[in-house]
Amino acid sequence: MNLLEVQDLQKHYPIHAGLLRREVGRVRAVDGVSFQIARGETLALVGESGCGKTTVSRCILRALTPTSGAIRFTPENGRAVDLATLPKRQMRPLRRHIQMIFQDPYASLNPRMMVGDIITEPLKVNGVPAAERRERLMELLELVQMPPGSRTRFPHAFSGGQRQRIGIARALALHPQLIVADEPVSALDVSVQAQIINLLLDLQDRLGLSMLFVAHDLSVVRHVSDRVAVMYVGRIVEVAPTDALYRAPRHPYTEALLAAVPAPDPNRQHRRRVAQGEVADPARPPPGCAFHPRCPYTVDRCRTERPELAATESGGWVSCHRARELELAGVR
Amino acid sequence: MSVTVANDPPVTAPEVRFAQATQLQLTWWRFRRHKLALASLVLVVLFYLVAIFADFLAANDPHATDARRSFIPPQGIHLFDEGGFNPHVYGLKGVRDMRTFKLSYTPDASRKLPVRLFVRGYDYDLLGFIPTSIHLFGIDDAGPGEGVFLFGTDQLGRDLYSRMMVATRVSLSIGLAGVTLSLFLGVLLGGISGLYGGWVDTLIQRLIELLRSVPTIPLWMGLAAALPNTWSVTQVYFAITLIISLIGWTDLARVVRGRFLALREEDFVIAAELAGASQGRIIFRHMLPSFASHVIAATTLALPAMIISETSLSFLGLGLRPPAVSWGILLQDAQNIQVLSGAPWLLLAAVPVTVVILAFNFLGDGLRDAADPYG
Repeated sequence: MNLLEVQDLQKHYPIHAGLLRREVGRVRAVDGVSFQIARGETLALVGESGCGKTTVSRCILRALTPTSGAIRFTPENGRAVDLATLPKRQMRPLRRHIQMIFQDPYASLNPRMMVGDIITEPLKVNGVPAAERRERLMELLELVQMPPGSRTRFPHAFSGGQRQRIGIARALALHPQLIVADEPVSALDVSVQAQIINLLLDLQDRLGLSMLFVAHDLSVVRHVSDRVAVMYVGRIVEVAPTDALYRAPRHPYTEALLAAVPAPDPNRQHRRRVAQGEVADPARPPPGCAFHPRCPYTVDRCRTERPELAATESGGWVSCHRARELELAGVR
Repeated sequence: MSVTVANDPPVTAPEVRFAQATQLQLTWWRFRRHKLALASLVLVVLFYLVAIFADFLAANDPHATDARRSFIPPQGIHLFDEGGFNPHVYGLKGVRDMRTFKLSYTPDASRKLPVRLFVRGYDYDLLGFIPTSIHLFGIDDAGPGEGVFLFGTDQLGRDLYSRMMVATRVSLSIGLAGVTLSLFLGVLLGGISGLYGGWVDTLIQRLIELLRSVPTIPLWMGLAAALPNTWSVTQVYFAITLIISLIGWTDLARVVRGRFLALREEDFVIAAELAGASQGRIIFRHMLPSFASHVIAATTLALPAMIISETSLSFLGLGLRPPAVSWGILLQDAQNIQVLSGAPWLLLAAVPVTVVILAFNFLGDGLRDAADPYG
């Protein structure tokens, strides 16, 4: 049994207009997304801004209520529950199993609380006694490589990278089974990004974490994820094991994202196929394949018929009419 | 996989102080840099000290009338006498000009009335419960019509300086009481509005717009006219407070609602929710501390508006009524041109109004700037 199985998840926002607030349309932020996360696995969810990846993660955390679909979560030694339809009240005891690492390390820590109180808050609200909390706090600070003296300081005394470590310690406090990391390094400097990525890798090794890693580009994802799911306008267009996806992408959009990854070698000339134009409006997605207005390989069929996800020989899934015939460029 | 440990730079003592500073300390450090606001804070504290010790500071009974000493101009205290330090005022001789029927006073240099500190005067209760008759300064064994009149007297011969001391208490406390009530209403209704949203929010917001669209003076006139004549001074006082805060809460409610709406989306609030924190803990541990400072600043800025409201209401004769003494009532005496040309010192009552309102505004500005030390 997988830890998490998301099936046909949809989150629509109605658009109201006029005096009577009639519904005149819908923003399909997430429009039928399915994926699984096995125990100990890290799945990366990648896409441009506005593709719905953050909405997916917030639905799993039930910070948002999905419009339809199922989110089956099976805690260790527990029964599967569908988080999508669970009332908020019954969600609270389950929250300890799924924790989140936030994107912005400045906004995600309460500036009025000391670091020790921030990290142990999840323990406190879940009724862990004070002595045990202190012990766990020391463990956690060591785990994220922060000096023990940090606990009596306020967040304003720390840099972005250090704050992110504090955020990670808080997410780990309750021994969660799934961590949702919402672009945990996008707000950091490149050098600090490496530190945080290394820390996450270390934690994966030591704690066997399962993680949903949300990112807006493919540059950092390669190091942390076992599989990658690429999203475009509310749908998954390709899922594949990380290596296969980087070496041989099957969807033109994946190719475009890979082309945008900066190459560390200035002498190497890329065959650049960066996607032109803007991301489609999820309130009015183009007919057929949503990517066709920006795709260099578009044929007539793409404009009228929407491709479905189909299995590939490398163990992934792709939704492209021309997936079998195209030779797309990956990275080494 | 190797892991690089973030190197900590050597930590100095001031850095530790900063790292461990609470919000209050950070706010105070920032507020301290705002010199004008700091001076205003001192001034406001002084004003409230005057309000608390009004009777002690008053030299004469503010309610005692004496036709023989009406419209005495402000009197200076002579500090030295025959080479030694001996503060005194001259006795006054009132002579009626038989053509204009005006009393004019000439100092009688032969009659020196010594001014002493801590003299016995009229009886009052210090802090409201300690009966005493000691006053800061005055004249020992003052005879009828005798006294120190620093700011002169009004038509009925009441000492303006003493009346201004007592008026400070009424005017400042009515502002405070009004703001407290506004604060309560504002935080409650604004909080409900911001927290629950939906139709409750719409209802409260439309109510605020309705209240704000009513012109205040006619509204107050109507409400003040509805107060029964038979009510005591205290009853009228509380009724006026209520009327003033009826409008005052709307501003605060908007501030509170706005903060709630903004904070609901903050990552650290979502983090607490995801940790499984209860609604109560989220509101009281995470949201309220985040905007308490904004509310304090908004309250400070609301106070001068309250004081002005009371003053203008009383000035128009709609607020407090004599024998109550407030700045507005004192200014009421200065309404007609006849009095003003003969006794311009009655306008002195406008000075504390201006000063305290400016001080509150500067203080509020300083607080608002310092309120969010993390922003």
